[in-house]
Amino acid sequence: MLESVIREQLAAVVGGKWFKDDPESLVSYSYDATPLYQAMPDGVIFPGSTQEVSDIVKICSKHRIPVITRGAGSNLCGGTIPLQGGLIVVMTRMNKLLEIDADNLTATFQTGLNTKQFHLAVEQTGLFYPPDPSSMIICTMGGNIALGAGGLRGLKYGTTKDYVLGLEAVLPDGSILRTGGKLVKDAAGYDLTRLLVGSGGTLAILTEATVKLIPKPSYRKAMVAVYDDLNAAARTVSNIIANHIFPCTLEFMDQPTLQVVEEFAKIGLPVHAKAMLAIEQDGNVDDVERDLKKLEEICLASGAVQLNIAKTPEEGAKVMEARRSALAALSRLRPTTILEDATVPRSKIADMVLEVQRIAQKYDVQICTFGHAGDGNLHPTAMTDARDPEEIHRVEQAFAEIFEVAIAMGGTITGEHGVGIVKAPYLEWKVGQAGIKMMKSIKDAIDPHQIMNPGKLFAETRKRIVFQERTEQAERTERDSASDQDQKIETS
Amino acid sequence: MSSTHEKLAQSLKLTLDEDQLTNCMRCGFCQTACPTFLETGLEAASPRGRIALMKAVVDGLMEPDESFRSQMDLCLGCRACEPACPSDVKYGQLIEQTRAAIAAEKPYSLPVRVVRKTFLQGIFPHRGRLKLIGKTLSFYQKSGLQKFARSSGAMKLFPDHLQQLEKALPPVTGDGLEELWSKAGLPYRRETTDSGSRLMVIPAAGAKVGRVGMFRGCIMDVMFASTNVNTVRLLRQAGFEIVIPEEQVCCGALHAHAGEMGDAKQLAGQNIWAFGEADVDYIASNAGGCGALLKEYDHLMHAEPDERLQQAAIRFADQVKDISELLHSLGRPLTPIQAENPQNEAITVTYQDSCHLRNVMRVQGEPRQLMELLPAVQMCELQGAEVCCGSAGIYNLTQTEMSTTLLDHKMEHVEATGAKVIVTSNPGCLLQMKWGIERAGKQNGVEAVHLVDFLAEQVLIEDKPD
Repeated sequence: MLESVIREQLAAVVGGKWFKDDPESLVSYSYDATPLYQAMPDGVIFPGSTQEVSDIVKICSKHRIPVITRGAGSNLCGGTIPLQGGLIVVMTRMNKLLEIDADNLTATFQTGLNTKQFHLAVEQTGLFYPPDPSSMIICTMGGNIALGAGGLRGLKYGTTKDYVLGLEAVLPDGSILRTGGKLVKDAAGYDLTRLLVGSGGTLAILTEATVKLIPKPSYRKAMVAVYDDLNAAARTVSNIIANHIFPCTLEFMDQPTLQVVEEFAKIGLPVHAKAMLAIEQDGNVDDVERDLKKLEEICLASGAVQLNIAKTPEEGAKVMEARRSALAALSRLRPTTILEDATVPRSKIADMVLEVQRIAQKYDVQICTFGHAGDGNLHPTAMTDARDPEEIHRVEQAFAEIFEVAIAMGGTITGEHGVGIVKAPYLEWKVGQAGIKMMKSIKDAIDPHQIMNPGKLFAETRKRIVFQERTEQAERTERDSASDQDQKIETS
Repeated sequence: MSSTHEKLAQSLKLTLDEDQLTNCMRCGFCQTACPTFLETGLEAASPRGRIALMKAVVDGLMEPDESFRSQMDLCLGCRACEPACPSDVKYGQLIEQTRAAIAAEKPYSLPVRVVRKTFLQGIFPHRGRLKLIGKTLSFYQKSGLQKFARSSGAMKLFPDHLQQLEKALPPVTGDGLEELWSKAGLPYRRETTDSGSRLMVIPAAGAKVGRVGMFRGCIMDVMFASTNVNTVRLLRQAGFEIVIPEEQVCCGALHAHAGEMGDAKQLAGQNIWAFGEADVDYIASNAGGCGALLKEYDHLMHAEPDERLQQAAIRFADQVKDISELLHSLGRPLTPIQAENPQNEAITVTYQDSCHLRNVMRVQGEPRQLMELLPAVQMCELQGAEVCCGSAGIYNLTQTEMSTTLLDHKMEHVEATGAKVIVTSNPGCLLQMKWGIERAGKQNGVEAVHLVDFLAEQVLIEDKPD
């Protein structure tokens, strides 16, 4: 509970209607889309302008009140859970699309803007904003930027971080910062825009953004390739890249995922197959048709047992829509669904999927894998029950090992969800001691009183797991180095 | 915690389905489908938020205080969140369980109690009393009393929204379907089943394609009896023999939504028995709100100790079809009346979904397709047709502010279509649309009609036998 003088000050900034601290409001902003996490804030505030955000932050800074910014609360890393209480700043009132600049190919908006709405508005003008997180129907652009969201089109077009050109943000002392602008080239000092993208509300509150747009591809076509062998599917991914084709979407689903998504979407997915790839290409008609033909050949040569090319755009859209619903549809299997975000170089997809299956078996947990095969961003997803702490513990162990394996393959702990609370214990595994030290110095310099989203990004680092079973990868490495040694002995 | 809160919390712990609460993975996909979230932007006023509040009470995180209760009341129960939910959370069941617990644990204020008791127990289940009200209304409308009430300013004694609603009331005859049918001299016969229940049987026009039980509804048969007559006329034309079991009663939807589950089950049991006796292939509903509960009788009765009743409820639920499904897919195609002058401009029509028809019965294509088949009609899709109009049972009376906000937005969208006719599939929505037209001052340019009445004017119907 905030002191009454602070409550009055906050209410005065936004008007009484937009500051709330009744039990109902506190409960309903105590969670986001991340399972297992919940914590009560002390108040909830809905600013209507950047100036209001600045005034709010000044009050919080003076009284050392934690500030947790939030859009739709659809993130999966616990990024908006008020771990230490404090004030939730809900950005959804600041949802204006300020400008689509067709001459400079940019769009400028307030960060509370809904992502789907933004896409629709941009596409109406014949332009295109590629990043398309699966939650775009509800999530906000600010959330996408704060956590570095990706989506299904990352392989060809990159993710949110590749599109943000400029930001307006309120810093922890209440000052208002503007970075970048409508510029493709900008070499003026540290890249503060990039620093804030993915900072997860730990450095500043993002209030406005300018992003880059591209011309809308005139044509798109989708196909589905079905496999009765997981390795063949993974081989296809490698072969597609090796042939220098970049489909706009290259999605992978394993069998358990297929079955559940089909049950939900009822679009005739091959539920008896071991794996499926959903592939889409966009561009001009000739290029797309040519690529599709080549993709067809590659799939067959790599061992696809069935190919379906969408006859109409609607049919193609249906497949992609079904893929988008995979996460939530999986939740029909068991009460609690924990979706992870392990990412590996795309050449390692097959190894990673097999490793996930091995690890699931080892810890006796059910894990389905789907994801953006083309960019190596996999979503191993555990179906479990939050009411069974023993099982949850095994799930946590399994995920720790999955991250370890991903890093060992040159991958990362999160491709698009961000670090938040969930990945904080593993961040050091990825960035190393020096990385953590540098990140912490930045945080301390900008936010000396640690009021911005405390408890996120940095946490006590987990001990790395000592592999109980040796992975094929490890065995291979050992074998290779042994034979290297043999050779050395021979040559010496 | 105060003692009523404590009792309610305890009762919610016992009644709320813990699996459904846990199944909500909080992805938030429901939010953009929820009218109260779209209007308020508040997490608590969304399905995800309301489920979180329910869970918080069950977990002991908060007490079910007044604001909790009013948040539950603010939900329209339109259930647009259910088709949007990939995790298949049964939100409708959760909100009903919550409201039932509230209704059981904390008595309503005296006037509300009187109104609830009068309508839910005193009137809806009793056909005779409903008819009497119908006759009275008919007298009120025909005798000049209505004119007097309006011109004398007596209506001004009532709140604005009641005045506007009063104007939107359709003319009432006081006769129900059976009386209107027999008075019109149309063909029918009486049958009595072996166990003695009485049926009115209306023969199909031409070859018979199936036998349909007609669910006439309670308010439908008083306020919209002519719509019931048109329903039968259309069904006959599509080749159905129509059976009207006399022992059928109110569907119980209003009771279930108000948390009076015992009453709802009792009514359901009576209907299941009455239609079981009638030995029909399908049961026709022409009101989305009723149809949705009829379609969920299996769920309503799933915990009944009598296994035969459970089985009968499953069979009943399976037989229930909306009138548009029967006419579109199961009967003989209807023949449109060709416009006399093909040069005439087609009439622009738009369609407002009945939430329960769309979200619970999952019928959205058939009404539109039936209208698109008519050459004299130009269908123009209503932006946000899937968003609740704010009628929602008696929501427009209990939550007038939210209801009128939704309605006014709805009317802006209607205006954008340029439609002269708003077609609906449920009496509540129909009244609400009429009210909306009053509010927007468009009485002379736009009318609202039930799909059945609209079709009855646009297709060929041979009422007399061949």
